[in-house]
Amino acid sequence: MSATQNLATGAALLKVTALQRTYQLPRASLWRPAAQLHALRGVSFALQAGRSLGVVGESGSGKSTLARLVMALDTPTAGSVELLGQDLHRLGSQQLRAARRHFQMVFQDPYASLDPRMRVERIVAEPLAHLGPPDAPAGREAVRALVQATLEQVGLRARDLDKYPHEFSGGQRQRIAIARALVTRPRLIVADEPVSALDVSVQAQVLNLMQDLQRELGLSYLFISHDLAVVQHLCDEVIVLHQGEIVERGAPHKLFHAPGHPYTQALVRAVPRLPGHIF
Amino acid sequence: MPLLEVSDLTIQLPTRRGLVQAVRHVGFALERGATLGLIGESGCGKSLTALALMGLLPEQAWVSGSIRLDGQELLGLSERRLCALRGNRMAMVFQEPMTALNPLHGIGRQVAEPLRLHLGLGRRAAQARAVELLERVGIAQAAQRFGEYPHQFSGGQRQRITIAMALACGPDLLIADEPTTALDVTVQQQILALLQELVAEHSMALVLISHDLGVIAQNAEQLLVMYGGSVVESGMTEAVFRQRAHPYTRGLFAARPQMLPAAARPPGHLPTIAGTVPELADLPAGCPFAGRCAFTAQACFAQAPAPRLLQVPAGPAPASLAFWRQPHVVRCLRDEAIHAGAPVTTP
Amino acid sequence: MSVRLSSHRSFWLGAVLTSLLIACALLSFAWTPGSAYEMNMDAALQPPGSRHWLGTDAFGRDVASQILVGARASIAVGLIAVGIGLAAGLALGLLASARRGWTEEIIMRLADFTFAFPALLSAIMLTAVFGAGMVNAIIAIGIFNIPTFARITRASANAIWARDYVTAARACGKSRTAITLQHVLPNIASVLIVQATIQFALAILAEAALSYLGLGTQPPQPSWGRMLSEAQTLMFQAPLLAIWPGLAIALSVLGLNLLGDGLRDLLDPRLARTR
Repeated sequence: MSATQNLATGAALLKVTALQRTYQLPRASLWRPAAQLHALRGVSFALQAGRSLGVVGESGSGKSTLARLVMALDTPTAGSVELLGQDLHRLGSQQLRAARRHFQMVFQDPYASLDPRMRVERIVAEPLAHLGPPDAPAGREAVRALVQATLEQVGLRARDLDKYPHEFSGGQRQRIAIARALVTRPRLIVADEPVSALDVSVQAQVLNLMQDLQRELGLSYLFISHDLAVVQHLCDEVIVLHQGEIVERGAPHKLFHAPGHPYTQALVRAVPRLPGHIF
Repeated sequence: MPLLEVSDLTIQLPTRRGLVQAVRHVGFALERGATLGLIGESGCGKSLTALALMGLLPEQAWVSGSIRLDGQELLGLSERRLCALRGNRMAMVFQEPMTALNPLHGIGRQVAEPLRLHLGLGRRAAQARAVELLERVGIAQAAQRFGEYPHQFSGGQRQRITIAMALACGPDLLIADEPTTALDVTVQQQILALLQELVAEHSMALVLISHDLGVIAQNAEQLLVMYGGSVVESGMTEAVFRQRAHPYTRGLFAARPQMLPAAARPPGHLPTIAGTVPELADLPAGCPFAGRCAFTAQACFAQAPAPRLLQVPAGPAPASLAFWRQPHVVRCLRDEAIHAGAPVTTP
Repeated sequence: MSVRLSSHRSFWLGAVLTSLLIACALLSFAWTPGSAYEMNMDAALQPPGSRHWLGTDAFGRDVASQILVGARASIAVGLIAVGIGLAAGLALGLLASARRGWTEEIIMRLADFTFAFPALLSAIMLTAVFGAGMVNAIIAIGIFNIPTFARITRASANAIWARDYVTAARACGKSRTAITLQHVLPNIASVLIVQATIQFALAILAEAALSYLGLGTQPPQPSWGRMLSEAQTLMFQAPLLAIWPGLAIALSVLGLNLLGDGLRDLLDPRLARTR
């Protein structure tokens, strides 16, 4: 198991091929077979290192399912998720655990994604507990130092280490969640609606932070959102999901300006617009 | 006479740190058939204002000022008389369609409830009217689905059902508190269009609360921008959006990711409003935005800015006379200076 | 404001009554006003007086001392029976919640099965079959506490497993055991504490019921339930003999229930205030 992989130029950081996920619904009647829910019907895309890919779609489009499959929190019915050349769903449990340091997740609800009973230091240090040597920092002091450095990177301070989540606002909690995602120095961050629950001005601060971190650390984002404006602002490329399939993909400002597929057109048309803007 | 007249509405809430002002001296007037937008971020007091209109504030809240519905003063009314008005002459639609409906009652029964309560209709008459209402809001096969439960409907459909409930008795005033925030954008479009139609049909007044500038731009002719419990800018939506006299309004616009008609890639950082919203007890005594505002002066902390009428900028006359009805008012000590190009005091 | 004051009131009242109960039991080890065991037929059925503060029973034993020593039995049964129920129920509930699937089904159906039997009657049956005595009473009451804790643990734990911070922990590669111990358990602790005080009260009642029937604590160890049973035949001669143990049971149960209510109000809003 190699801890660091050198990516050949042009090789993708994340490669998803023909990903499918079907769920069995509970039986409606004893005599008929259980119905099936096709959450994802063969989704393929590639994400290069240092770039952001936006995933846009409404409820039922399969974007949450996609996030869970990419994070290996769920197993696909068919298809593969390759990160740094390794198929995540074919790895043994030990190898998968070791591979998790390369990809982390940020969730939508800043109030539910942090354990209210833990202090910030412990929350942010949690992913470090599962790194084996030689990558794991040794000893409490080293861990605390690393956590403090990460918190400072996201705009918080050393004295926030010993506080509890309820002492922070929504935007600050989201920063803590981002710090937790950064602490193992991952290559990929899967962000599931990370700014949807935040006020506009706070959203702007967090988006700026995410942009800065991407530039400084060479991160890649898989950015899931229903908000076209945010995706357009942050992402280099976007895929539009509808009922489990990719209906269109491309560069956001070109795609939203001249959408080809009728669903994308409906989405763009539905965004409430200010006078003089597209949205 | 305007349908709804609110003046000097002040709401104080008891907190661990004593009594704090959550809403300060809010005033506006709303005619029948008009839509007023309340825009602001968390903690600005827009939801509290809406609850005050309905008389639904928590018991510990201290309210002063005046709320007049068709000339009748609502503040200080007994609970019994308020109950007679709620659902009947004024109704509210809430943000979460998942929790706004009782999961244990059929939707038909819930829509029929205000009819039986306020209009005294019998069961069959109420049922027939409820089916009509459900069909009007776009629930297909309303008669067959009358007895179904909320969990059998999608989020958008549930919100339509709550709108049907709100409209049952033909209220004069409808308050919608973030009615589409929890919904997908295509569903949002449909629900907002539905609200527009119904408002026009019934000549209702609509108070629409949202944090989304686009939603307000497309659905409200008048608007109040709230921050820290105060109205910092108010007027006709078009005028406010064009001039953006108050620094907070300007900050709010700038912080929003937008796409301009040109297909070029937008610049990097979004301009942000420095800092975070302070707790209610920590708001400055003068202007609530003092300290966070890039143009803060010493006077801003001490003195609450008085409302100032802005001159209508010269230009072609606007299409509708309604433009003249709501003056453009801003509460800022320095807005003229800023407009004239004063430098920022805090970079 | 008013909500907090009233919850504080129940909490403090409950705390005072419960402390009184514990104090009585502890005190009885060091000192009692008279003797709970010594029989003195000359001084039988005395009314309350300067020598015997609450009077004497049919055998001349000091009632006040019996009440103090009887508290020991109530507390012992309460603590150990609830301890058994909590330990086993917690473990089963956490296991069911962490593993889901068949494990959860089996554990929950076993709990349902145990619930189907009326607890007190089954405790009576068990002690009647296996012999009367405090130990068997404790075991019987303990067994019927297990499904209560298992159910409540599983329900609360399931809610925690659905939270984003647990998903985040899974995304770090944390094992289910580690998540259960580090995330789930601390977050359901308050629910369990409240339930434990309620079950404690019920255990005291159950012990009193069993002793009343002669199946619980055996003589010469004093027990409130047996005091009630003995006083029953003497209701018209010495009515006070029934009142003292009855009052002791009622106040203990009331105190524990108030404590549980107060704790529930005090612990939950603090969690809710994390918003």
